[in-house]
Amino acid sequence: MADWLTPDQWSAVLLSLKVSFWATLLSLPLGVAVAYLLARYEFWGKQALNGLVHLPLILPPVVTGYLLLLTFGRRGAVGAFLEQAFGLVFAFRWTGAALAAAVMAFPLMVRAIRLAIEAVDPKLEQAASTLGASRAWVFATITLPLILPGVIAGAILAFAKAMGEFGATITFVSNIPGQTQTLPSAIYSFLQVPGGDAKAMQLVLIAVAIALLALVLSEWLGRAVARRIAGS
Amino acid sequence: MSLFVRFAHRFDGFALDVAFEAPPGVTALFGRSGSGKTTVVNAVAGLLRPDSGHLQLDETVLFDAERKISVPVHQRRLGYVFQEGRLFPHLSVRQNLLYGRWFAARGAGADFDHVVEMLGIGELLERQPGRLSGGEKQRVAIGRALLANPRLLLMDEPVAALDEERKAEILPYLERLRVETDVPVLYVSHSMAEVARLATTLVLMEAGRVIRSGPAAEMLSDPENVPALGVRAAGASLHAKIAAQEEDGLTRLEASAGSLFLPRVDAPLGTRLSIRILAQDVILSRARPEGLSALNVLPVTVAAVRLGDGPGAIIQLKAGEDLMLARITRRSALALELEPGVECFAVIKSVAVAQSDVGGAW
Repeated sequence: MADWLTPDQWSAVLLSLKVSFWATLLSLPLGVAVAYLLARYEFWGKQALNGLVHLPLILPPVVTGYLLLLTFGRRGAVGAFLEQAFGLVFAFRWTGAALAAAVMAFPLMVRAIRLAIEAVDPKLEQAASTLGASRAWVFATITLPLILPGVIAGAILAFAKAMGEFGATITFVSNIPGQTQTLPSAIYSFLQVPGGDAKAMQLVLIAVAIALLALVLSEWLGRAVARRIAGS
Repeated sequence: MSLFVRFAHRFDGFALDVAFEAPPGVTALFGRSGSGKTTVVNAVAGLLRPDSGHLQLDETVLFDAERKISVPVHQRRLGYVFQEGRLFPHLSVRQNLLYGRWFAARGAGADFDHVVEMLGIGELLERQPGRLSGGEKQRVAIGRALLANPRLLLMDEPVAALDEERKAEILPYLERLRVETDVPVLYVSHSMAEVARLATTLVLMEAGRVIRSGPAAEMLSDPENVPALGVRAAGASLHAKIAAQEEDGLTRLEASAGSLFLPRVDAPLGTRLSIRILAQDVILSRARPEGLSALNVLPVTVAAVRLGDGPGAIIQLKAGEDLMLARITRRSALALELEPGVECFAVIKSVAVAQSDVGGAW
């Protein structure tokens, strides 16, 4: 397979997988927490939080990418601090691509998980608390297992979205082959040069295959977990 | 273990103001839907925080508005059996039963095998709740609450959602519970039959207030409570002992006022029972009736007469050691010149076994 694809193509595919994997994994706990907050609590600023979470869905991706650059770039407030304190750099690195992908996929993830949480009857959580479980235990033993299908669906949705992220990524971390050139950026680049269509088509097929695989996997996982919960 | 309840709470358009004491045994909260029974139980459980008042279980203060004490739900150690079971769908019956055990104080608590045996759920342990019938679910829910090692058991209409057959299936288990465990129970119900069968203490609620409370036997045989209990459901209990199993399929019971005959009661001779007689199933006669098809006639003395606003009257009767009620017309009460001290005969049309002191043996 290595000689079927050129090194540039190959690295773009691997980079996209790596970026999406980390983007999904690291944003998942935050996604569950935010979804739980939005589904179960009334608090001051709830609408603002809800809006903030959904912002990347409605903003042009280029705008999101630019805002990320302003905030997390080396001269951005947060970016400068993270570089000084932890040596963590986002701008023009694959980590930045992961951050951009995570931000863009976050609304979809939170939505799926929030729906799952809202489907859990709070009366079950009440019952657990009367049996001696503290709030954290109720969440760990009742809520989380019951929303697992929703969490998995949210994660896979986020992964698929991260695989396809283009606008914010190219604005924030550019399109450097071998460093920040993800699958969609590579397709775009190949289409810009004469005779690049064939290479682009190869990547398109790979993208389609990965997307289908993710879809099938999420269906299968979701059903398996739902079966376990329904107890058949 | 006694529970002391006194609190007030205000919802939109509904005010609750209650005070009562629940001594050991089964305390039934009885009243119409909307009288605030469930709210009381939720306040005791800690699911609702009253505006003011004080809740105490023996020496332990659960809630005190003035001193700003409110023990969190999960630290109150009360077992709550909800009307609709609320079993955890992702856990097996065994895991459901053991759920509270993770959090209960170590070393103490009801014995798992004993609870499983008492509730007859041994066959169900490896099943998922989704596959259980309504009656089975409720039995598991009761077991789950018991195994959490509670200091008090709260039951909010645990059989109301079930059909008559399932109810009949569960009530004996609840009776066994009363006899075999010493956990006090706060039992919400709007069914007089259940209350008569299970309760040792009765708290009558109406429109967010406790109108009367006291020992169940006294409360049920008091004519003054008849309007609150409902005329059709009014009735008292006699204590009796199984004296003989007759050849024609009847069982002879010995009450302090005389013999009673019931369709076969499957229990050993000498078993103590409580017999429930509805006020509307009693006919009174000044002379000993003759040539009558009714088998059960007891000599009684009128203890009290309560003439209602309508055409009815409730007569309280002393039958040996026990009290019973008769519901007749006001006209008959006047025609028979019934007044305290008058001796007459009670013809009983129908009798039901209400409580068995030997848990579930019949």
